[in-house]
Amino acid sequence: MPTLFPNPEELALILPQIWLAAFGLAILLLDFLLGPRQKWVNAFGALLGVAASGVALWRLRGVHAVGVPGFGGAIVVDPFFVFFGFLFLASTALVILLSVRYLEVEEEHRGEYYALMLFATVGMMFLAAGTDLVVIFVALETMAASFYVLTGYLRRDKRSNEAALKYLLLGAFSSGLLAYGFSVLYGMAGSTRLTEIGYAFRTPSNEIFPVVALVAVAAGLFFKVAAVPFHQWAPDVYEGAPTPVTAYVSVASKAASFAVLMRLFLVVFEPMRANWELLLGGIALATMTWGNLAALTQTNVKRLLAYSSIAHVGYILLGLVAGNETGLKGMAFYLFAYAFMNTGAFAIVILLRRKGVIGDELDDMNGLIYRNPTAAVLMVIFLISLAGIPPTAGFLGKYFIFLSLIESQHYLLAVFAVLYIVPAVYYYFRIVVHMWLREATDATRPAISPAQAVALAACTLVTLGALLYAEPFVRLATYSLLGSVVR
Amino acid sequence: MQFFQDHILSVILFTPTVGAILMLFIRGDRENVHRWMGNLFGMLGFLVSLPLVIRLGENWNTFNPALTDFQFVEDVEWIPSIGARYALGVDGISLLLVLLTTLLGAIAILSSWSAITQRVKEYYILMLLLQTGMLGVFLALDFFLFYVFWEVMLVPMYFLIGVWGSDRRLYAAIKFFLYTLAGSVLMLLAILGMYFTYAQQTGVYTFDIRTLLEAVPGFSPALQQWLFWGLFFAFAIKVPMFPFHTWLPDAHTEAPTAGSVILAGVLLKMGTYGFLRFSVPMLPDAVKEYSQIMVWVSIVAIIYGALVCMMQKDMKKLIAYSSVSHLGFCTLGIFALTPHGLSGSLLQQINHGLSTGALFLIVGVLYERRHTRMIADFGGLSTPMPGFAAIYLIVSLASLGMPLLNGFIGEFTILRGVFEVNKHWAAWGVVGIVLGAAYLLWLYQRVMFGHVTHEENRHLPDLNLREYATLVPLVVLCFWIGIYPKPFFEIIDPPMHRIVNRVNPGYYLVDPVKPLPAPSAETGTTSATPGSAAVPPQEQR
Repeated sequence: MPTLFPNPEELALILPQIWLAAFGLAILLLDFLLGPRQKWVNAFGALLGVAASGVALWRLRGVHAVGVPGFGGAIVVDPFFVFFGFLFLASTALVILLSVRYLEVEEEHRGEYYALMLFATVGMMFLAAGTDLVVIFVALETMAASFYVLTGYLRRDKRSNEAALKYLLLGAFSSGLLAYGFSVLYGMAGSTRLTEIGYAFRTPSNEIFPVVALVAVAAGLFFKVAAVPFHQWAPDVYEGAPTPVTAYVSVASKAASFAVLMRLFLVVFEPMRANWELLLGGIALATMTWGNLAALTQTNVKRLLAYSSIAHVGYILLGLVAGNETGLKGMAFYLFAYAFMNTGAFAIVILLRRKGVIGDELDDMNGLIYRNPTAAVLMVIFLISLAGIPPTAGFLGKYFIFLSLIESQHYLLAVFAVLYIVPAVYYYFRIVVHMWLREATDATRPAISPAQAVALAACTLVTLGALLYAEPFVRLATYSLLGSVVR
Repeated sequence: MQFFQDHILSVILFTPTVGAILMLFIRGDRENVHRWMGNLFGMLGFLVSLPLVIRLGENWNTFNPALTDFQFVEDVEWIPSIGARYALGVDGISLLLVLLTTLLGAIAILSSWSAITQRVKEYYILMLLLQTGMLGVFLALDFFLFYVFWEVMLVPMYFLIGVWGSDRRLYAAIKFFLYTLAGSVLMLLAILGMYFTYAQQTGVYTFDIRTLLEAVPGFSPALQQWLFWGLFFAFAIKVPMFPFHTWLPDAHTEAPTAGSVILAGVLLKMGTYGFLRFSVPMLPDAVKEYSQIMVWVSIVAIIYGALVCMMQKDMKKLIAYSSVSHLGFCTLGIFALTPHGLSGSLLQQINHGLSTGALFLIVGVLYERRHTRMIADFGGLSTPMPGFAAIYLIVSLASLGMPLLNGFIGEFTILRGVFEVNKHWAAWGVVGIVLGAAYLLWLYQRVMFGHVTHEENRHLPDLNLREYATLVPLVVLCFWIGIYPKPFFEIIDPPMHRIVNRVNPGYYLVDPVKPLPAPSAETGTTSATPGSAAVPPQEQR
């Protein structure tokens, strides 16, 4: 019998999200009480919210493989969700730590920034947990709406406004596509539950609707993860958004979109694998190619990292093309490693933001080794990891992807995938050249604030530790697959 | 002591890293402290590797050439869920290369004392990290670990060329990096292919090189051929074999002296080591299939490299190209697939490391004094620099294959091994030796003999004590190998015989010319060459 209020057990399943939302709302109120110099308290509050959510999520870690469905099957709490939940919380915490100094420099330090971040995290978490089309769509919009605002957060900056508008328009368009695909799915199955739609797909039919649904949903999701040919928004948005938000979009929103992509493709579209494997392989290859080649000539570090992130999307998609256990484990591990190494790289760009200096051009990196040796060395570690060279987490991520391609006999894709490491090294090392081999054009020595130091330390530790002491991290990725995603 | 005996390879491997980490915490402007620290840990790295062959006391076990297994093995779990292990060990193939690496590392670091004046701290840290990377390649008994070291090593080398190199350093550094990377990523696919196929056959996921050495020869011929090409590009680019050599002149020429020494002395050996350790024993069928192509490519490298040397105006570039030619001999010996060819190849790798390393040091000596490497800027240097002239002469002769010096032994053994397969190949090889003598002696003549042609050269100081300290050990070793190579062949031969047994199982049965293990008449002059060296009993099927 439906009741007005959900029972406490079901509430416990969404307690992580509840904490985040509660802290987000509290920060909105708290912000009025704080003077202009006390705004860091907002950040502290947001971190507390993330911690509280983390504790709640930690309590859910013991869920069995099938997962615990809640709210009549609208969400499920399974290891897949728990893994991604922690990934979102970790990147949120890192970005909060990186934001404080940045917002002070921008003189835009207000509470709603942190509140919006927490709301975005709520959206992401429901995205990873959702097993119902409506939940997934609402969660996706919650996340996206928060990001539209965050991207345009620098009200006085033209680039930021332009980026937000572009993001909003193209995002709305892609959401429309996705909603259209969802409606076809609903029409086919007569239900919004993923499992039931999955049943509908299992009976073979010659109708056009499954293909229409697949194409529409895939296009919508490819837009969200910035896969070619739906990637055009990414470089502009990355460049225009406040740098911490760029890091957040490129890491967390991407991971969330991949979570829902994995769930949809593996639960719903898996029976049609013959139809989409080639398509997905082609998209992945095009994404790697375009991302890697376009990055070669960029002169702005944020744009360069934007194109490189497009290339990474290609690699991650390859795991889904392979579709075996290694491939999915590889996707999870890759997203995890990417969260830390990419945030680390953006953290260095954030360091360079000072009064009057935007600091995101390649030339702003000149001679960083003289100006701040620690930052220069750490940046090399992050870039090596992004390129996929050991001894870093990025290498192990690529290792899983390559292995899965060999296991599933996609040899040609594997050869392309490994060879694209070469141009990747070239453009990442353009940054290194500027940092290490050019004379400093700017004598200032960017300092690292304590909050940034914590974030950088965490990023470095994971970037190196996830290969040198990889076992727990690999177990974590394996754990994420215990869920209902993989049969 | 027991700990040291049990973990000697780890100690060798990580001594340089420990030094690098300690130096991180010392302020960068205290340059002399860094110089001392760098040299201390370079030297320490060499000293801890000596107990592999020198007894430290009653209970000390040194390397035993009679054993067929890997020795000093350390094997612990690293990433159990993918089957990667931290496994180290040496055998006759890697032992000498490890010792060469530690020795050249120490010498290269010593040679940088006055040459490096900028960013001293970073320089020594990177040199030490590079040392760990290279040693790891030779020591690893786990493919995953091997690959990690193989790639890790590129990064410090990139910086060494890029930061402390000469004019075109940026171009040379990134070219070196990308070129070698392109090869090694394909090797990664080959490694994964072996790993997966073995798991399919047995259900065990392992990167263990010892296991795969036994299992991979059983794979289907088609797969073996794919694996061969996967590995081939990585190794051929590193060696470098003929069409893939274009990164080498740039990298060697632009690198700082110590970087060139390491590049020529150790880095190139990783390619040949890869062939000896993996390609040939693991994929015998594919190797036999392609050995003809490989031999001809090697011969082209020998002749082409030598001819290009003749035309060089830059001393360093000349020596760089001479590496192409000399490494051609090494690959020629490997793909002849005879015991002499293989043993000679490995010995020649060591020889090349010693003599070309010394040649680069010699160019470095001149460059430090005159800041030019052009041959035309020198002439008649034997007058102001007699000590230098003597050492340079010995090293040149060693490099061109003069009897009593090491190059002769290596090249002779290789040609002996090649000759028994095909006389024409050996003949082409001899042409290479003649050309080698020509370009090295001509270079010597133009630089050292005659009157002093440039006034500023008239009062160049002779070698100082530190420079003698870098060159004399190499010269001594050149003589040692040249006069009494037996101990070296004793280490090298047994694994080579095992390789021949794998690739050419009938070799010791069919060929009546070589009744083993009795010494044969035809090897007369070189009583220490492998024909006469004791063959372990299990080889005499």
